[in-house]
Amino acid sequence: MAMAMAVVTVAALAALAWAAFTPVTFASREETFEIPKGTWARRMAGNKVEILPSRVFLTLGIRDVLLLKNMDDVPQIFGPTLMMPGQSFRLPFEVASSYQFACTAHASGQMTVVVVEQPDTPWRRLAWRTRKILRTVA
Amino acid sequence: MSYATRFAAPLTCLLLSLTAHAADVPGRSAEGRNPEGLKAGVFDPAREAPDFSVRGSDGSALTLSRYRGKVVLLGFGYTHCPNVCPVTLAVLAQARRQLGPLGSQVQVIYLTVDPERDQAERLKQYLAAFDPTFVGGTGSAAQMAAVRLSYGVTAEKHGTGSDYAVAHSSFVYLITRDGKLRALMPFGHKADDYVHDIAMLLN
Repeated sequence: MAMAMAVVTVAALAALAWAAFTPVTFASREETFEIPKGTWARRMAGNKVEILPSRVFLTLGIRDVLLLKNMDDVPQIFGPTLMMPGQSFRLPFEVASSYQFACTAHASGQMTVVVVEQPDTPWRRLAWRTRKILRTVA
Repeated sequence: MSYATRFAAPLTCLLLSLTAHAADVPGRSAEGRNPEGLKAGVFDPAREAPDFSVRGSDGSALTLSRYRGKVVLLGFGYTHCPNVCPVTLAVLAQARRQLGPLGSQVQVIYLTVDPERDQAERLKQYLAAFDPTFVGGTGSAAQMAAVRLSYGVTAEKHGTGSDYAVAHSSFVYLITRDGKLRALMPFGHKADDYVHDIAMLLN
């Protein structure tokens, strides 16, 4: 029993240490959202198609570029702007802040891009990863 | 040997190796920037900026094509705007001043989202307070709505009576000398960012 407790404790400490000490990295700086081909047709058929969340979370230096792509056959209001078929819109962020954009695709009429500082200390990395997990499960 | 002692060594090793790993934090690189280095959001491919013909604050017909050969900064707003428009226009005026002689190759066009109250003369007076070269545009409600639609700009009236407000898109379009809708600068950017991008577009 004591042995099992010790193993669990070490595993938990190891997980916490990993979350605190391992740098946060992504393969790409771009957070990509794409309107797939046929989206307009599906909407016209009465289907609810949600592509862009009302809140997007970015992190400076790691994932700080919002990339929107319209792969559909018709122009689409996507996030803050009107995009032609086949067009992309790439928006980099350099300052941590909360950015509000008018967006008719959302019921609130707004889209928010939350940009946070790069987590560069163990405690911040732990907090960053915890928030990410909470957002995922929420 | 106690359990604590037994696990202390591997745990210490793990923490030390993670600490060494954590030191290798990637710095901010140029990777996140747009290929052209623009600070604004970039459209790829750039499309032809929709032309329009509205009543200009200078009394003449205002078209976008009139300014072919200049970099155009196109914004949408209204003269009763309490916060966003004054800030945006002040930033644009500062950027134009910072550009020095290059500023003459830049044209700011501000189209009203409140044609009911923004007549040409009112727009002229309002914009002149920021920069006398700024040109405003107004027209019928249907005319201005059509222009907004072609750019994907939203504007929604809030409140009743004469003291209403208009919630509107707050970004500024960057249009190249040859009339291409190249980029979009979100609200909140400083004059330096505009100067940076305008200089790139002029070159």
